Amino acid sequence: MQAFTTLRGVAAPLDMVNVDTDMIIPKQFLKTIERTGLGRGLFYELRTDAKGNKKGDFVLDRPAYRAAKILVAGRNFGCGSSREHAPWALLDAGIRCVIASSFADIFFNNCFKNGILPVILPEETVKAMLKDAENGANAVFSVDLAAQTVTRPDGQTVSFDIDPARKQHLLKGLDDIGLTLEKKRSIDDYEKRQRQEQPWLATR
Amino acid sequence: MGKRPRTLFDKIWDAHLVDTLDDGTGLIYIDRHLVHEVTSPQAFEGLRLAGRAVRRPGATLAVADHNVPTTDRAGGIKDEESRIQVETLERNAKAAGITYFGMDDDRQGIVHVIGPEQGLTLPGTTIVCGDSHTSTHGAFGALAFGIGTSEVEHVLATQTLLQVRAKNMRIEVTGSLGRGISAKDVILAIIGQIGTAGATGHVVEYAGSVIRGLSIEGRMTVCNMSIEAGARAGLIAPDATTFAYLKGRPMAPKAGAWEAAERFWASLPTDRGAKFNKRVTLNGAAIQPMVTWGTSPQDVLPIGASVPDPADEEDPDKRRSMERSLGYMGLEPGKPLREIRIDKVFIGSCTNARIEDLRAAAGVAKGGKVAKHVQALVVPGSGLVKAQAEAEGLDAVFRAAGFEWREPGCSMCLAMNADRLEPGERCASTSNRNFEGRQGRGGRTHLVGPEMAAAAALAGTLTDVRERIG
Repeated sequence: MQAFTTLRGVAAPLDMVNVDTDMIIPKQFLKTIERTGLGRGLFYELRTDAKGNKKGDFVLDRPAYRAAKILVAGRNFGCGSSREHAPWALLDAGIRCVIASSFADIFFNNCFKNGILPVILPEETVKAMLKDAENGANAVFSVDLAAQTVTRPDGQTVSFDIDPARKQHLLKGLDDIGLTLEKKRSIDDYEKRQRQEQPWLATR
Repeated sequence: MGKRPRTLFDKIWDAHLVDTLDDGTGLIYIDRHLVHEVTSPQAFEGLRLAGRAVRRPGATLAVADHNVPTTDRAGGIKDEESRIQVETLERNAKAAGITYFGMDDDRQGIVHVIGPEQGLTLPGTTIVCGDSHTSTHGAFGALAFGIGTSEVEHVLATQTLLQVRAKNMRIEVTGSLGRGISAKDVILAIIGQIGTAGATGHVVEYAGSVIRGLSIEGRMTVCNMSIEAGARAGLIAPDATTFAYLKGRPMAPKAGAWEAAERFWASLPTDRGAKFNKRVTLNGAAIQPMVTWGTSPQDVLPIGASVPDPADEEDPDKRRSMERSLGYMGLEPGKPLREIRIDKVFIGSCTNARIEDLRAAAGVAKGGKVAKHVQALVVPGSGLVKAQAEAEGLDAVFRAAGFEWREPGCSMCLAMNADRLEPGERCASTSNRNFEGRQGRGGRTHLVGPEMAAAAALAGTLTDVRERIG
């Protein structure tokens, strides 16, 4: 996984609450067996007309935001389906950080598996950042994960909280599976114990 | 000595903790893993690239459900991408030694219908699947939740997951339900009250006389939509209803082991005095037949209500969101919900496609006729549900009333196969999400229970089922 340390870039405002993962990446893009190339489906139905032509008015299609690396959005971002295609699509489109006042659990978790930093900040701060982000190409934000700060275009620095374990994983781009496999003995012991205590759960 | 009283969730979590990492993250053991075609190919690919094996193929069950056609299957899957995805699952399952139910297998169906049906879902276990509606299995007192594809890969490789412990929430539904009120109405009423993020970060335990009185199918409907309230998982304490459903299922404990299993399961319910971080109570007697009017499951009202007016909403974010929803739904404030004309009806999905749901819908449909302008689909949750329904003559009831009787799968709940709404079409649906575009681009979804859906098919509009059941 790609590590996340610092990020500097334009932030795009998406001033909507309860943005669901069906909206982030609609079902017709879930038929792939790959992780890559999903950027073309990102917010597809908000960006295109019924014939599939780009309308050009969606925030990420406006010239100032085409290179955006950060998304500022309303509360409960990423609700609904567990599809990891949602963070894959964001990543493929160059978005490495989403700022909102709250996230749905599964999406939040999926971000950390893909080198995307979801930043939770108080509602008023997010509102102010949405305003900042409306300044188009001038809305350059800096994110520093080690310091746990977001610096707004006017230079003001805001701190955010993050679970220390998740922070470390992201900073180092750690391979979770590799780390867990180091616990093989504990897992073996657990299985042995379970076979004795709940023999009805035994399988291959 | 007195141990600290624990909740059902606490007990399952504690019993599955393999290790606690230095940073406090829990490594929890996963007893059962369900795999479907949409969220697994990249996980198997990841294992291959890293040269890793599936740790416990016997604890894993694979089935194709999202992409499968619900019409005649003799010709296979026509859509090439869908076909490749299903074939990929079959190939991956076979290579890893994982049991796979193919499209021609009677046991094929929606992953959250077949798990319980096979007895894979057992009390006190941990169950995961790359699908948010895995919360369904909580109806048996199993800690069951949806995961992303990276976590699917993690479970395949290690049979464990790294997890931050969730908080405890208790939702009690007291009293008893009125005539014609279903489990779907209960969960929609709950979501209407607490909101779509009302349970975020929590595992919800449903309790109270209404929940105790629900069948196992009804409990699955309730737990299924826990995710629509933001919950990590939903749980209901196992009891005699649970045990009676499980006994004799192919993967349930066999005679000999059964008694020990039942004894263990009986020890799982929440201890008296256990601490919940959040508590909510609803009066069951006040729950009406519910229907959604907007594009989030929290946009829900009793059928007797009218489309709400954004002007009455004080929170500006909510007001804008309502305006957007009503624009998408093509609805004017003040219109009585029961006057909303529909084009399609979908009875199916992991929320409401079990035998009891089909019986309930058929009970309403019997002797009636689907309105001329309505297309109504009934999609059983599994091949076994379909066979059972046919043995009871329910298919004949539906067909005689003008409903289409289909093959099992996820179908129009998320419209990955050919079953979908066209732009502007309006549907009364027993599924779980009324998001924009969920059932087809530009499609408009009204979530209801199975009886309400059948009644809407006959009436041609949303309607109060209680007026049709005498």
